[in-house]
Amino acid sequence: MSRTWAYLSNYLVYSSMAVYTLSFIAHAIETAWAVRVTTEDSKKNMDYKRTEKVARIATAMMILGFVLLFAGVVARGVSAGRVPWGNMYEFSITGALAFSGAYLVALRKYDLRWLGLLVSIAVLLTLGTAVAVLYRPSAPLVPALKSTWLVIHVSAAIISGGVFLLANAIAAAYLYLDAMESRGERTAWAKRLPSLEVLDQLSYRLVAFVFPLWTFAVIAGAIWAESAWGRYWGWDPKETWAFITWVAYAAYLHARVTVGWRGRKAAWLCLFAGSTFLFNYVYINIWGTGKHTYSGL
Amino acid sequence: MSKEIEVPELGSVGLLRYGWRQLTSMRTALILLLLLGVASIPGSLVPQRTQNPIQVGEYFKNSPELAKWMDRFSLFDVYGSPWFSAIYILLFISLIGCVLPRTLEHFHAARALPPVTPKNLDRMEHFSTWSSQGDELDKARAWFKSKRFRVLEKDGSISAEKGFMRETGNLFFHLALILVLLGISFSSLFGMRGMAIINVGERFVNTTTSYDSLNLGKLFNENNLPDFVLTVDKFTAKYNVVTSAPEDYTLDITFATDDFNKTEKRTIKVNSPLKLGDTSIYLQANGYSPVVTVRDSKGNVALQGPVPFLPQDGNLRSIGAIKVPDADPQIGFVGSFVPTYSRSGTDGAVSVFPEALDPRLLLAAWLGDLGLDSGVPQSVYRIDTSKMNQIGLKSLKPGETFTYPQGSITFEGYFQWVNIEIVNDPGKNYALLGSIVAILGLLASLFTRRRRIWIRVGKSVEVAGLAKNAAPGLESEMVEFVAMLKVGK
Repeated sequence: MSRTWAYLSNYLVYSSMAVYTLSFIAHAIETAWAVRVTTEDSKKNMDYKRTEKVARIATAMMILGFVLLFAGVVARGVSAGRVPWGNMYEFSITGALAFSGAYLVALRKYDLRWLGLLVSIAVLLTLGTAVAVLYRPSAPLVPALKSTWLVIHVSAAIISGGVFLLANAIAAAYLYLDAMESRGERTAWAKRLPSLEVLDQLSYRLVAFVFPLWTFAVIAGAIWAESAWGRYWGWDPKETWAFITWVAYAAYLHARVTVGWRGRKAAWLCLFAGSTFLFNYVYINIWGTGKHTYSGL
Repeated sequence: MSKEIEVPELGSVGLLRYGWRQLTSMRTALILLLLLGVASIPGSLVPQRTQNPIQVGEYFKNSPELAKWMDRFSLFDVYGSPWFSAIYILLFISLIGCVLPRTLEHFHAARALPPVTPKNLDRMEHFSTWSSQGDELDKARAWFKSKRFRVLEKDGSISAEKGFMRETGNLFFHLALILVLLGISFSSLFGMRGMAIINVGERFVNTTTSYDSLNLGKLFNENNLPDFVLTVDKFTAKYNVVTSAPEDYTLDITFATDDFNKTEKRTIKVNSPLKLGDTSIYLQANGYSPVVTVRDSKGNVALQGPVPFLPQDGNLRSIGAIKVPDADPQIGFVGSFVPTYSRSGTDGAVSVFPEALDPRLLLAAWLGDLGLDSGVPQSVYRIDTSKMNQIGLKSLKPGETFTYPQGSITFEGYFQWVNIEIVNDPGKNYALLGSIVAILGLLASLFTRRRRIWIRVGKSVEVAGLAKNAAPGLESEMVEFVAMLKVGK
């Protein structure tokens, strides 16, 4: 029974990858065609209406991919009879789900479709690595992970991670466009992207929104560690890097709100803070030592 | 005419004041905060004594000169090092110096009324004006009241302000961080933490001498160790048959407090420690203790009992040492215990499953000087064989005996052992309370918008608004406000 669910989960994850690939292709076509199409009145302006249909397909595929991946993650959980957060394969597919989910939620409020190409690439890379390198058969949890806090701590950490990475993608776009503008005018295709101020505000808002959740994830982890390992804080490498990420984003928020950093400096700080999160996820999980060694590798 | 630029004398008070201002400035705090993050990095890459003493030992063995220098910079004790402490102590002084004056200021500001409506509202943002119907001021007053604005009414105008929770939450967040730090310091001063290895069937009496390792806080009073005796009745470990991964550990104990006649049965699991007030008892690790009997050549028993071995891998291949200092010459056995025996071409004897399905004890017997009298502390799991000669190798099944010219050793069987950790952490509830307040404060400060709205009613109605920190959302609020005022026109 559990094996059937595990196979079903694998099929769903593969299908979601296929659909995300379609979304990626549609985003690529949209990005490329928006450059080529010219209107009568000016050769520099572009006719977005002609790519609108492709853009819609791209978003629709992204939503479908999200639904399939969601089902895949749920099926993985059912197959093991627990939440699907027991090893790095499961963290990665859930992380990809959270990242594309954060993008789709933000999309309801802001027109972020220009970011879809980047998001679909990142999701595909994460899923590809998960399936090819990190895959482990579905298995029950080790005793230390058997706790309600697994659900609370890991879900908060994964959602925070998804939003942090989205903020990072926007900060990176900011820096790219900022460099382009400082050389002169934006190139034709970049004109449809939002203004620098909008990008700057957006990445700040995402961080400000999710920073309390990250704080909560760290504290929930500490409460759990107290009951599982006998101490709430032990400077385990994972804990240390969670703390570094927290400190880096705290510095980012202070720099913006109190010191008044905007634009380039703030974007670099945002990228730095986000990279500490990625480092924690990739390096510490795979090569690090300590008590958070659940990667299964 | 030239005049020399006069530099005012700072004096010692002036210098102190200057230093204090520098320390409590936002820029310094920001640098210290980033520095704290950077300073935490080495401790996650270099092994730390508190977590991984064995790896630290390997550093010293492999490159002693480098390790000596690293040790001089406290790289093996980063989080207790002077430089790390210096950063966070300075950060917290800076934080206190910043937050306390702000708390006072905010306390006064929160009791003051909003400033009077500015004269030229048309210069403000979100300005709009229309001819008056006469009842706008009453409507505005009721609206402000229902939305809990603080208002100042004067000469046909209302100045309203809202969003003090932003600063309140911000201050609570920072004050709560101080509480967290106090909780942690309180625990390190008044707490204790100790480990003990207990064989299944044995008793543990909670006195300082019963522990294998014990860290007492500087101000911990030994009389505060709670009186109890616990007996390890049973330890059950369940493993996945395919992957050998542990699935469940259950420790059953009989627990007796100061009145030793009254006992109760309790269960300890990995995520549910046994709690006794501020003290908790955790199940941390487990392994095997082979039971051996060592006899001399005349058949007299020189040593008998279980000897704890240290697990080396997931299948609990364990290593240990059996030392017989009373024999003459001294005898030592370097041992390896495998719970489920198998031979591997490259590694020799290996264990293929953590449960004891086919246990073996592999021994190397050494004769000579164990070096126990030299005064140098030794690991109980290792033997210094530099002054000894190997006299034999043997693999034993339970019940088998290895006989050598100087005597014999019998592998009687095995016990399981558990490692329990006993922790007294009196400050953790303060740290938890601080964390909860910090999150609530953070939420209040990040999601509250501070803004002012003005209305003046004469022949015409004039309204305007101002959002602090350019926070979004005032625009829609102004639209709602104006629509409300115009209702019934």
